[in-house]
Amino acid sequence: MSDMASNMELNCEGLNCPLPILKTKKAIDSLNSGEILKMTATDPGSVNDMASWAKRTGHELVAHTEASNVHTFFIRKK
Amino acid sequence: MSDTKKLAIIASQGTLDWGYPPFILASTAAAMDMEAVIFFTFYGLPLLKKELDAKVSPHSNPAMPMKMPFGNKEFQSVNWPIPNVISGNVPGFDNMATMLMKETFKKKGVATIEELRSMCQEFGVRFIACQMTMEVFGFEKEEFIEGVEYGGAATFLEYAADANISLFI
Repeated sequence: MSDMASNMELNCEGLNCPLPILKTKKAIDSLNSGEILKMTATDPGSVNDMASWAKRTGHELVAHTEASNVHTFFIRKK
Repeated sequence: MSDTKKLAIIASQGTLDWGYPPFILASTAAAMDMEAVIFFTFYGLPLLKKELDAKVSPHSNPAMPMKMPFGNKEFQSVNWPIPNVISGNVPGFDNMATMLMKETFKKKGVATIEELRSMCQEFGVRFIACQMTMEVFGFEKEEFIEGVEYGGAATFLEYAADANISLFI
């Protein structure tokens, strides 16, 4: 799943709460409806936070994978 | 967007540790498509100053871990017990603790208060400064960042009356 096509990539590795969420919001704002954002993060808290953020905002968390402590999220803009 | 959720925060403390939560929560709320207002009162007011000089004091703050941001992992995990007689009497101790906390935050990828504050403004979070506190402590509007509103308890409560989440920090 980590090679899914995306319209934009955002690297939040090394950043801690709440920066991955804030940067994801900014990135999503710059996309068009239906486009995919790929975000990577090392903050373990981002797993639950991204799920909550998606639930609240309505953007779809299409996939989440983890490899060597790097979390990869694919989000489709609503 | 009639179902937009609203967050209302009173920020009453201006130290480095207490300064973080209002800006973290308000910026995240805005990122989650909520409306957010922070009302700055009493010691929270200096958080609006252009030149932030928020410090942290381990003195009478017994749950605060005193850890070093450098050295190997084992050394960094040591919690140094600092008696109040030292933290309260050694000149410059708060400055040192502040430097250590800022360095630790930076190394852990935590944003600075300034960064979170400007992201709040970028996302449309409203900042209201308590007019009464300004008079009492002698603050001038010129000392504060742009985009701040000024008001009192009624201004905050008018908004908070419809808020889904209200926090006093």
